[in-house]
Amino acid sequence: MIWYAIVISGVLNFLTKFLSLSYFDTSKMNPRVKQILTYVPSAVFPAIIFPGILIDTNGDLDLVNNPKILASIIALIVGVFSRNIIATILTGLAAYWFIIFI
Amino acid sequence: MSKKIKLFFKGIVDILPLLIPVVPFGIILGAIGIELGFSSLEIFATSFIIFGGASQIVFLQLFSSGASSLITITSTFVVNSRHLLYGVSFSEYLKNLSLGWKVLLSYLLTDQAYAVSNIYFEKNKNNDLKHYYLLGSGFFLWLIWQISTLIGIFLGSIVPDKLGLSYTIPLTFIALLVSYFRKIDHIIIILISGSLSIILYNAPLKSYIILSSFISLSVALMMIVYKKGKNK
Repeated sequence: MIWYAIVISGVLNFLTKFLSLSYFDTSKMNPRVKQILTYVPSAVFPAIIFPGILIDTNGDLDLVNNPKILASIIALIVGVFSRNIIATILTGLAAYWFIIFI
Repeated sequence: MSKKIKLFFKGIVDILPLLIPVVPFGIILGAIGIELGFSSLEIFATSFIIFGGASQIVFLQLFSSGASSLITITSTFVVNSRHLLYGVSFSEYLKNLSLGWKVLLSYLLTDQAYAVSNIYFEKNKNNDLKHYYLLGSGFFLWLIWQISTLIGIFLGSIVPDKLGLSYTIPLTFIALLVSYFRKIDHIIIILISGSLSIILYNAPLKSYIILSSFISLSVALMMIVYKKGKNK
Protein backbone atom coordinates (compact mmCIF):
# COMPACT_ATOMS: atom_id res chain seq x y z
CA MET A 1 0.00 0.00 0.00
CA ILE A 2 2.70 2.47 1.00
CA TRP A 3 4.63 1.79 -2.20
CA TYR A 4 1.64 2.69 -4.37
CA ALA A 5 1.23 5.89 -2.35
CA ILE A 6 4.92 6.82 -2.69
CA VAL A 7 4.93 6.19 -6.45
CA ILE A 8 1.65 8.05 -7.08
CA SER A 9 2.79 11.02 -4.96
CA GLY A 10 6.10 11.04 -6.84
CA VAL A 11 4.41 10.92 -10.24
CA LEU A 12 2.00 13.73 -9.26
CA ASN A 13 4.84 15.92 -8.02
CA PHE A 14 6.75 15.28 -11.22
CA LEU A 15 3.72 15.96 -13.42
CA THR A 16 2.97 19.24 -11.60
CA LYS A 17 6.39 20.46 -12.68
CA PHE A 18 6.62 18.74 -16.06
CA LEU A 19 3.17 19.75 -17.37
CA SER A 20 3.51 23.35 -16.24
CA LEU A 21 7.01 23.55 -17.69
CA SER A 22 6.03 22.02 -21.02
CA TYR A 23 2.53 23.23 -21.73
CA PHE A 24 1.74 26.35 -19.72
CA ASP A 25 2.15 29.75 -21.22
CA THR A 26 2.81 32.42 -18.59
CA SER A 27 1.29 35.17 -20.71
CA LYS A 28 -2.01 33.28 -20.96
CA MET A 29 -2.19 32.35 -17.30
CA ASN A 30 -4.75 34.11 -15.14
CA PRO A 31 -2.77 36.46 -12.84
CA ARG A 32 -5.18 35.57 -10.05
CA VAL A 33 -4.07 31.92 -10.20
CA LYS A 34 -0.46 33.03 -9.93
CA GLN A 35 -1.30 35.21 -6.94
CA ILE A 36 -3.25 32.50 -5.15
CA LEU A 37 -0.36 30.02 -5.52
CA THR A 38 1.90 32.35 -3.50
CA TYR A 39 -0.49 31.75 -0.58
CA VAL A 40 -0.07 27.96 -0.66
CA PRO A 41 2.62 27.81 2.06
CA SER A 42 0.64 30.14 4.36
CA ALA A 43 -2.51 28.07 3.86
CA VAL A 44 -0.98 24.59 4.11
CA PHE A 45 1.90 24.72 6.61
CA PRO A 46 -0.13 26.02 9.62
CA ALA A 47 -2.34 22.92 9.34
CA ILE A 48 0.80 20.90 10.06
CA ILE A 49 2.25 23.31 12.64
CA PHE A 50 -0.73 23.91 14.94
CA PRO A 51 -1.78 20.28 15.56
CA GLY A 52 1.93 19.32 15.88
CA ILE A 53 2.20 21.74 18.79
CA LEU A 54 -1.25 21.75 20.39
CA ILE A 55 -2.50 18.17 20.00
CA ASP A 56 -0.94 15.53 22.24
CA THR A 57 -0.21 11.91 21.38
CA ASN A 58 -3.72 10.88 22.50
CA GLY A 59 -5.31 13.29 20.05
CA ASP A 60 -6.47 15.74 22.74
CA LEU A 61 -6.00 19.49 22.81
CA ASP A 62 -3.15 20.31 25.21
CA LEU A 63 -2.94 24.00 26.13
CA VAL A 64 -1.72 23.69 29.74
CA ASN A 65 1.88 22.86 30.72
CA ASN A 66 2.74 22.30 27.07
CA PRO A 67 6.47 23.03 26.58
CA LYS A 68 6.03 23.08 22.80
CA ILE A 69 3.97 26.29 22.91
CA LEU A 70 6.64 28.41 24.59
CA ALA A 71 9.46 26.79 22.56
CA SER A 72 7.57 27.51 19.32
CA ILE A 73 6.94 31.17 20.24
CA ILE A 74 10.65 31.61 20.99
CA ALA A 75 11.56 29.90 17.69
CA LEU A 76 9.13 32.11 15.80
CA ILE A 77 10.52 35.33 17.26
CA VAL A 78 14.10 34.27 16.44
CA GLY A 79 12.97 33.21 12.97
CA VAL A 80 11.15 36.41 12.09
CA PHE A 81 14.13 38.53 13.12
CA SER A 82 16.96 36.34 11.80
CA ARG A 83 15.14 35.01 8.70
CA ASN A 84 17.36 31.98 9.15
CA ILE A 85 15.82 28.52 8.83
CA ILE A 86 18.46 26.61 10.80
CA ALA A 87 18.61 29.22 13.58
CA THR A 88 14.82 28.91 13.93
CA ILE A 89 14.84 25.12 14.19
CA LEU A 90 17.83 24.95 16.54
CA THR A 91 16.47 27.69 18.84
CA GLY A 92 13.11 25.95 19.09
CA LEU A 93 14.69 22.57 19.80
CA ALA A 94 17.10 24.04 22.36
CA ALA A 95 14.24 25.87 24.11
CA TYR A 96 12.15 22.68 24.10
CA TRP A 97 14.96 20.58 25.61
CA PHE A 98 15.71 23.34 28.12
CA ILE A 99 12.08 23.32 29.32
CA ILE A 100 11.61 19.53 29.49
CA PHE A 101 15.01 18.60 30.96
CA ILE A 102 15.53 21.45 33.43
CA MET B 1 36.70 23.25 -19.91
CA SER B 2 33.71 23.34 -22.23
CA LYS B 3 31.01 25.94 -21.76
CA LYS B 4 28.53 23.26 -20.77
CA ILE B 5 30.69 21.95 -17.91
CA LYS B 6 31.45 25.52 -16.77
CA LEU B 7 27.73 26.32 -16.57
CA PHE B 8 27.02 23.05 -14.78
CA PHE B 9 29.59 23.92 -12.09
CA LYS B 10 28.42 27.52 -11.88
CA GLY B 11 24.99 26.17 -10.99
CA ILE B 12 26.54 24.00 -8.27
CA VAL B 13 28.57 26.87 -6.80
CA ASP B 14 25.61 29.26 -6.78
CA ILE B 15 23.27 26.84 -5.02
CA LEU B 16 25.80 25.99 -2.26
CA PRO B 17 24.64 28.63 0.27
CA LEU B 18 21.02 27.52 -0.15
CA LEU B 19 22.03 23.96 0.76
CA ILE B 20 22.90 24.92 4.34
CA PRO B 21 19.32 24.38 5.58
CA VAL B 22 18.80 21.43 3.22
CA VAL B 23 21.31 19.20 5.02
CA PRO B 24 19.73 19.38 8.52
CA PHE B 25 16.25 19.17 6.96
CA GLY B 26 17.19 15.95 5.16
CA ILE B 27 18.70 14.55 8.35
CA ILE B 28 15.54 15.46 10.31
CA LEU B 29 13.38 13.80 7.65
CA GLY B 30 15.35 10.55 7.79
CA ALA B 31 15.34 10.51 11.60
CA ILE B 32 11.62 11.32 11.86
CA GLY B 33 10.82 8.57 9.37
CA ILE B 34 12.56 6.05 11.61
CA GLU B 35 10.78 7.43 14.70
CA LEU B 36 7.41 7.12 12.94
CA GLY B 37 8.19 3.47 12.26
CA PHE B 38 9.02 3.37 8.56
CA SER B 39 11.74 1.15 7.09
CA SER B 40 14.97 2.68 5.80
CA LEU B 41 14.06 1.73 2.25
CA GLU B 42 10.61 3.36 2.45
CA ILE B 43 12.06 6.62 3.79
CA PHE B 44 14.78 6.68 1.15
CA ALA B 45 12.16 5.98 -1.55
CA THR B 46 10.25 9.12 -0.55
CA SER B 47 13.43 11.16 -1.08
CA PHE B 48 14.19 9.45 -4.38
CA ILE B 49 10.66 9.25 -5.84
CA ILE B 50 8.64 12.09 -4.26
CA PHE B 51 11.70 14.35 -3.80
CA GLY B 52 10.15 17.32 -1.99
CA GLY B 53 11.10 17.85 1.65
CA ALA B 54 7.97 19.39 3.16
CA SER B 55 5.69 17.06 1.22
CA GLN B 56 7.67 13.99 2.31
CA ILE B 57 7.19 14.91 5.98
CA VAL B 58 3.45 15.34 5.40
CA PHE B 59 3.38 12.02 3.59
CA LEU B 60 5.17 10.12 6.38
CA GLN B 61 3.21 11.82 9.15
CA LEU B 62 -0.22 11.18 7.62
CA PHE B 63 0.54 7.64 6.51
CA SER B 64 1.83 6.69 9.96
CA SER B 65 -1.23 8.23 11.66
CA GLY B 66 -3.49 5.88 9.72
CA ALA B 67 -4.77 8.24 7.05
CA SER B 68 -5.97 6.56 3.86
CA SER B 69 -3.72 6.55 0.78
CA LEU B 70 -6.09 8.92 -0.98
CA ILE B 71 -5.88 11.52 1.80
CA THR B 72 -2.10 11.09 2.09
CA ILE B 73 -1.59 11.47 -1.65
CA THR B 74 -3.93 14.47 -1.93
CA SER B 75 -2.33 16.27 1.03
CA THR B 76 1.15 15.64 -0.41
CA PHE B 77 -0.05 16.99 -3.74
CA VAL B 78 -1.43 20.16 -2.12
CA VAL B 79 1.92 20.84 -0.43
CA ASN B 80 3.72 20.37 -3.77
CA SER B 81 1.28 22.43 -5.82
CA ARG B 82 3.46 25.53 -5.43
CA HIS B 83 5.88 23.94 -7.91
CA LEU B 84 3.32 24.78 -10.57
CA LEU B 85 4.58 28.35 -10.36
CA TYR B 86 8.17 27.31 -11.03
CA GLY B 87 7.33 25.23 -14.08
CA VAL B 88 5.18 28.00 -15.53
CA SER B 89 7.88 30.56 -14.87
CA PHE B 90 10.55 28.47 -16.66
CA SER B 91 8.42 27.27 -19.58
CA GLU B 92 9.39 30.24 -21.74
CA TYR B 93 13.15 29.79 -21.10
CA LEU B 94 13.19 26.05 -21.75
CA LYS B 95 10.62 25.68 -24.53
CA ASN B 96 13.18 24.65 -27.19
CA LEU B 97 14.58 21.72 -25.23
CA SER B 98 13.95 18.08 -26.11
CA LEU B 99 11.41 15.99 -24.19
CA GLY B 100 14.20 14.13 -22.37
CA TRP B 101 15.70 17.36 -21.06
CA LYS B 102 12.29 18.59 -19.92
CA VAL B 103 11.65 15.33 -18.06
CA LEU B 104 15.06 15.47 -16.34
CA LEU B 105 14.86 19.16 -15.43
CA SER B 106 11.27 18.82 -14.17
CA TYR B 107 12.36 16.05 -11.82
CA LEU B 108 15.29 18.13 -10.53
CA LEU B 109 13.33 21.39 -10.13
CA THR B 110 13.07 22.45 -6.46
CA ASP B 111 12.51 25.66 -4.47
CA GLN B 112 16.24 26.28 -4.23
CA ALA B 113 17.17 25.34 -7.83
CA TYR B 114 14.34 27.59 -9.00
CA ALA B 115 15.56 30.49 -6.88
CA VAL B 116 19.12 30.51 -8.26
CA SER B 117 18.26 29.53 -11.85
CA ASN B 118 15.56 32.18 -12.14
CA ILE B 119 18.13 34.89 -11.40
CA TYR B 120 20.58 33.39 -13.91
CA PHE B 121 17.95 32.88 -16.64
CA GLU B 122 16.71 36.48 -16.37
CA LYS B 123 20.25 37.75 -17.00
CA ASN B 124 21.11 35.23 -19.73
CA LYS B 125 17.90 34.87 -21.74
CA ASN B 126 19.73 34.35 -25.02
CA ASN B 127 22.28 31.78 -23.89
CA ASP B 128 21.32 28.50 -25.61
CA LEU B 129 23.17 26.44 -22.99
CA LYS B 130 21.56 28.01 -19.91
CA HIS B 131 19.75 24.77 -19.02
CA TYR B 132 23.13 23.33 -17.95
CA TYR B 133 23.01 25.84 -15.10
CA LEU B 134 19.67 24.41 -13.89
CA LEU B 135 21.04 20.89 -14.40
CA GLY B 136 24.04 21.67 -12.16
CA SER B 137 22.09 23.38 -9.38
CA GLY B 138 19.19 20.90 -9.50
CA PHE B 139 21.40 17.83 -9.61
CA PHE B 140 23.63 18.96 -6.76
CA LEU B 141 20.68 19.69 -4.47
CA TRP B 142 19.24 16.29 -5.37
CA LEU B 143 22.54 14.57 -4.49
CA ILE B 144 22.89 16.39 -1.15
CA TRP B 145 19.23 15.64 -0.30
CA GLN B 146 19.69 11.89 -0.89
CA ILE B 147 22.89 11.81 1.21
CA SER B 148 21.32 13.85 4.05
CA THR B 149 18.30 11.54 4.13
CA LEU B 150 20.60 8.52 4.44
CA ILE B 151 22.51 10.17 7.31
CA GLY B 152 19.18 10.91 9.02
CA ILE B 153 17.99 7.32 8.58
CA PHE B 154 21.24 6.14 10.18
CA LEU B 155 21.04 8.68 13.05
CA GLY B 156 17.34 8.03 13.60
CA SER B 157 18.06 4.44 14.49
CA ILE B 158 20.47 5.50 17.28
CA VAL B 159 18.81 8.66 18.67
CA PRO B 160 16.62 7.97 21.74
CA ASP B 161 12.86 8.71 21.60
CA LYS B 162 13.10 10.88 24.71
CA LEU B 163 14.60 13.76 22.73
CA GLY B 164 11.17 14.43 21.23
CA LEU B 165 12.40 14.47 17.66
CA SER B 166 8.84 14.53 16.32
CA TYR B 167 8.58 18.10 17.61
CA THR B 168 10.99 19.06 14.81
CA ILE B 169 8.10 18.53 12.35
CA PRO B 170 6.08 21.63 13.37
CA LEU B 171 9.34 23.43 14.08
CA THR B 172 10.64 22.86 10.55
CA PHE B 173 7.42 24.21 9.06
CA ILE B 174 7.54 27.28 11.32
CA ALA B 175 11.04 27.88 9.97
CA LEU B 176 9.79 27.57 6.38
CA LEU B 177 7.07 30.16 7.08
CA VAL B 178 9.05 32.85 8.93
CA SER B 179 9.42 35.14 5.91
CA TYR B 180 5.60 35.25 5.56
CA PHE B 181 5.14 36.54 9.11
CA ARG B 182 6.11 40.01 7.88
CA LYS B 183 2.99 40.40 5.72
CA ILE B 184 -0.34 41.02 7.42
CA ASP B 185 -2.48 39.23 4.80
CA HIS B 186 -0.30 36.14 5.12
CA ILE B 187 -0.51 36.28 8.92
CA ILE B 188 -4.32 36.32 8.66
CA ILE B 189 -4.27 33.24 6.40
CA ILE B 190 -1.79 31.50 8.70
CA LEU B 191 -4.02 32.07 11.75
CA ILE B 192 -7.17 30.97 9.93
CA SER B 193 -5.54 27.78 8.63
CA GLY B 194 -4.00 26.99 12.02
CA SER B 195 -7.26 27.49 13.93
CA LEU B 196 -9.19 25.43 11.39
CA SER B 197 -6.71 22.57 11.64
CA ILE B 198 -7.35 22.37 15.40
CA ILE B 199 -11.14 22.65 15.04
CA LEU B 200 -11.19 20.09 12.21
CA TYR B 201 -8.53 17.80 13.68
CA ASN B 202 -11.03 15.04 14.33
CA ALA B 203 -12.67 15.34 10.92
CA PRO B 204 -12.99 11.95 9.22
CA LEU B 205 -10.11 10.36 7.32
CA LYS B 206 -7.47 12.78 8.67
CA SER B 207 -8.73 15.30 6.16
CA TYR B 208 -7.87 18.28 8.39
CA ILE B 209 -4.83 19.36 6.34
CA ILE B 210 -6.73 19.42 3.05
CA LEU B 211 -9.85 21.04 4.53
CA SER B 212 -7.90 23.76 6.36
CA SER B 213 -5.76 24.42 3.28
CA PHE B 214 -8.66 24.79 0.89
CA ILE B 215 -10.81 26.93 3.17
CA SER B 216 -7.90 29.30 3.89
CA LEU B 217 -6.95 29.44 0.20
CA SER B 218 -10.56 30.43 -0.54
CA VAL B 219 -10.26 33.21 2.03
CA ALA B 220 -6.98 34.28 0.37
CA LEU B 221 -8.77 34.40 -2.98
CA MET B 222 -11.53 36.56 -1.50
CA MET B 223 -8.89 38.88 -0.08
CA ILE B 224 -7.19 39.19 -3.49
CA VAL B 225 -10.51 39.95 -5.19
CA TYR B 226 -11.50 42.44 -2.50
CA LYS B 227 -8.12 44.23 -2.68
CA LYS B 228 -8.39 44.47 -6.44
CA GLY B 229 -11.90 45.91 -6.20
CA LYS B 230 -10.71 48.48 -3.69
CA ASN B 231 -7.84 49.63 -5.90
CA LYS B 232 -10.10 50.40 -8.81
